[in-house]
Amino acid sequence: MTLYLMCLMLFCVGLYGVLRKRNIVKMIVGLGIMEYAMNLFFVLIGYRFHGRAPIDAKDQDIFNMVDPLPQALVLTSIVIGLGVTALVISIAIRIYEKYGTFDITKIKKLKG
Amino acid sequence: MKAIHIIPLFVIIPLATAFLISLVGRFIKRSSEVIIFISSLALLGFSVYARFLLNSVPGKILVYKIGGWMPPFGICMVMDGLSSFMLVTVNLIAFFVAVYSLSYMNQYTDKPKFFTLFSLMVCGMNGVIITGDLFNLYIFLEIASIASYALVAFGTEAEELEASFKYAIMGSVASAFIFIGIAFLYSFTSTLNMADMARILAYKQNAWVIPFVGVLFLMGFGLKAALVPFHAWLPDAHPSAPASISAMLSGILIKTLGIYSLIRIFFNIIGSTQGYLTVLMFLGAVSMIVGVVLALSQWDLKRLLAYSSISQVGYVVLGIGLGTPLGVLGGLFHLFNHSVFKSLLFLNSGSVDYATGTRDLKETGGLGKLMPVTAKTNLIASMAIAGIPPFNGFFSKAIIIIACLQKGFTGYAICAVIGSILTLVTFMKVQKFVFLGEIKDKLKNIKEAPFAMLFSVVCLAIICVLGGLMLLPSLRFFLDDAASVVLKGTSYAGVVLEAASRQ
Repeated sequence: MTLYLMCLMLFCVGLYGVLRKRNIVKMIVGLGIMEYAMNLFFVLIGYRFHGRAPIDAKDQDIFNMVDPLPQALVLTSIVIGLGVTALVISIAIRIYEKYGTFDITKIKKLKG
Repeated sequence: MKAIHIIPLFVIIPLATAFLISLVGRFIKRSSEVIIFISSLALLGFSVYARFLLNSVPGKILVYKIGGWMPPFGICMVMDGLSSFMLVTVNLIAFFVAVYSLSYMNQYTDKPKFFTLFSLMVCGMNGVIITGDLFNLYIFLEIASIASYALVAFGTEAEELEASFKYAIMGSVASAFIFIGIAFLYSFTSTLNMADMARILAYKQNAWVIPFVGVLFLMGFGLKAALVPFHAWLPDAHPSAPASISAMLSGILIKTLGIYSLIRIFFNIIGSTQGYLTVLMFLGAVSMIVGVVLALSQWDLKRLLAYSSISQVGYVVLGIGLGTPLGVLGGLFHLFNHSVFKSLLFLNSGSVDYATGTRDLKETGGLGKLMPVTAKTNLIASMAIAGIPPFNGFFSKAIIIIACLQKGFTGYAICAVIGSILTLVTFMKVQKFVFLGEIKDKLKNIKEAPFAMLFSVVCLAIICVLGGLMLLPSLRFFLDDAASVVLKGTSYAGVVLEAASRQ
């Protein structure tokens, strides 16, 4: 249970970074932390204490296997996170070229 | 070829198109335009064919098992009435937008990259609609979202980058909530197949997980659908994109990623309770009023249209939230109608921008004489969105209002009428300031938009005029089958699993 709560804390740290920071690079870092927290949470769901790798063998009795599905899903999710981060960082670089600042309060040409 | 083999084509064709265009588009001139035209036409043809194919199948459901694995273990793709309704809507709009872009995108550099991202977005949306696996839905949702973040920033001007950044951050937060919701559902049911999940949830009632997951999904998909407390990104993101992409985003992306997923999860997997329906109706009604009131005060043409999208999505959510057969039918019909006339309006705003170089309502005026086709089609779309009788918008709004009254929600019905009147006022403002009045001196020698752009808007205007015919008994199956899937609720599970073992 403690592990799950720490996961939640990590998620909240990320969310705080995204919502409250003024520097867009810090917002992107917050986004990354959020993604790590949710991936960690999903892997923890499949984890069993003292479990072993889910490889079946004929002459063995296996009682405590780790659930392999979340691991496969999290791999996919990490790749998606990589894509989003790469795109957002490239947008941030272009924003810096146009505005000359990373401060989100000074980037406000849109209004209404 | 068996009937079920048509299902994966909806993902394969746009993916292959994206690959092919990025491969040859740079070297062979104009090849990207030919490829995108053929592929979007093929997708439209297949989706209409699949809709008629579905009528000849018992149970009106097709299940394709990827790799031949039976559903609880493998990923399956499900095509039922609702999926094929959404597929026709998405591919219809995508085809016309692709044709429009052939000319419109001349003012941007690098058409092949644009069409690559466009195909990826269509692939993501088709995947979200067709999939029967919850994690697969998340993957396709992210494909469509990432492609749309890049497309919003396509012009790489300061405003576009800013809008795209906001949109990407909000979209990623929404995706995080959806992902956590999926993780909770997986840990609770130990399955990811939507049908199997619904079956397991049906006999695990009264768990605290379900309302919690419901809230997570409502936040996630509500952000994607831009319902009112979560709408802040939409009025920035939709106007900043190129006009054809605004049409895609407002016309179908928010409906596919937001509303369709919301319907599928709340009605078919979790099972709708009165609590969810009340929340949906309330959010719908608030969106309806807030969106149109904000739209009224805008002077940027595309920003006005974006706010009006929020309001119209409110109608769809209100209709579906009613949960009665008539309400759901009206909501889905309005979803189709809105994607037609809102993409038409956005394409017309693109034509105005293309011809005059501005979309500020104070700087245009009197374009009606110089751009007759755009003015006429815009008038049709404006009347349709405001709900003037012969056009399609009237029928869907009337159905939603009648359904509200039938269930005794007079307050919501009055809200819908007020929203409709304010929409009429908003679009009269557009007509007055853009197409009527005296022409400004510096706009004296503008020209009507090129043929490809006019072809799309005229076809969409014809659909607006004839859309009401879908309520005729011989064509009703298109809407009725979609509504019946929503109304069947969690018995979706049994239908899918039974069809999977049979086909």
